[in-house]
Amino acid sequence: MKEIETSFDGLSLDCRGMKCPRPIIEVARRIQEIGVGSLLELLADDPAAGPDLAAWCRMRGQTLVGSDAPRFIVRRES
Amino acid sequence: MDGAREVVASAVGARPDEVIFTASGVHANQAAVAGLALGRRRVGSRIVTTAIDHSSVLAAAAAAGSHEAVQVDHEGHVDLDRWTASVRTAGTAAACIQVANHEVGTLQPYAEAAELCQRQEVPMVLDATAALGRIDLREAGGWSTLTGWAGAFGGPASVGILVIKKNARWRAPYQIDDYQGGRWPGMPDVPAIHAAVVALDCWLRSGRIVGERQHDLIDQLRMGIVQRVPDVDVAGDPLRRVPHLLTFSALYVDGETLTLELDKAGFAVASGSACSASSELPSHVLAAMGALTHGNVRIGLTWTTSAAEIDQFLTVLPPIVAGIRATVGAS
Repeated sequence: MKEIETSFDGLSLDCRGMKCPRPIIEVARRIQEIGVGSLLELLADDPAAGPDLAAWCRMRGQTLVGSDAPRFIVRRES
Repeated sequence: MDGAREVVASAVGARPDEVIFTASGVHANQAAVAGLALGRRRVGSRIVTTAIDHSSVLAAAAAAGSHEAVQVDHEGHVDLDRWTASVRTAGTAAACIQVANHEVGTLQPYAEAAELCQRQEVPMVLDATAALGRIDLREAGGWSTLTGWAGAFGGPASVGILVIKKNARWRAPYQIDDYQGGRWPGMPDVPAIHAAVVALDCWLRSGRIVGERQHDLIDQLRMGIVQRVPDVDVAGDPLRRVPHLLTFSALYVDGETLTLELDKAGFAVASGSACSASSELPSHVLAAMGALTHGNVRIGLTWTTSAAEIDQFLTVLPPIVAGIRATVGAS
């Protein structure tokens, strides 16, 4: 498995090995734990994670600020 | 066989001797792309497609040489400016576009694309596998090869259609024999072809009325789903589309579970990628459009689908989706 830099100091969810939609469900549940304007990191290696996280952000009014599989960063907007 | 070729030719504005029958729509697409690439190999080996073409077209384009897949917008329409620039690029052997997308139903600007290709003297593959019989293609214009599939209009899945214009620089990309003018090898399956053409003829004679009814039913379905099920992403162009298709994705829901639950409720629907159902990869069509790829259902109406069945579907769907979401702890 690819080494992941662990410098992210916010909430990080390691969903590697999980099949979609599980990683998206985890993001939806856990994003409540961070403040509006803060960042959440998702590690996910399901090939659907990239497109589905982007679609989730669009549907839920959040912003995908980083997408470089298996690492994704979401900013909570609401 | 003469009668069969005549029916197809009349549907697409071609001559009967330009029509051949293959073993599937996939074979027709592969032969359409590879044959033009072979015929034009002195010009180059670049093939232009859209990002949401059928997987058989994308694979044939990649195999031919260099392949550029032009981006589409959120509803699936190809960016015609980028398409134009790509077709004009030196070394382009052929370009491919769909009449309508096989998963989301969106119509492409195929007539404009064909005109453009003709001006650039680049041969064009028009993939009508999802549209033949449902969209009037008699004036579709300057394509070089056109493909169809009987399975998409109620005929046998084992019949594909390939129309090769007489003036097209197409060469058979496989060993040939005497059958079908040396354009598709092996003895044609005449009974299956006959069945395919009977189905096509039904659509050509009375399909307009059925198509209008299906268009309205899909409108009702689209509106009903958005109203009754929260967090649903309905894909494709709501207006400029084939009459009978609708694709939507429900957030937090596993597509296979949703398909199974709908099956138990008496509805046979498809999920995931319409072109490669066994694949665990997300649909390249939905991904390219920026649509949600999980929890995906593709509905294709049949000739006899009724308004009562649409109502019934809209009644069973919300509790099924809510039930799956509750099971996985999502709401």
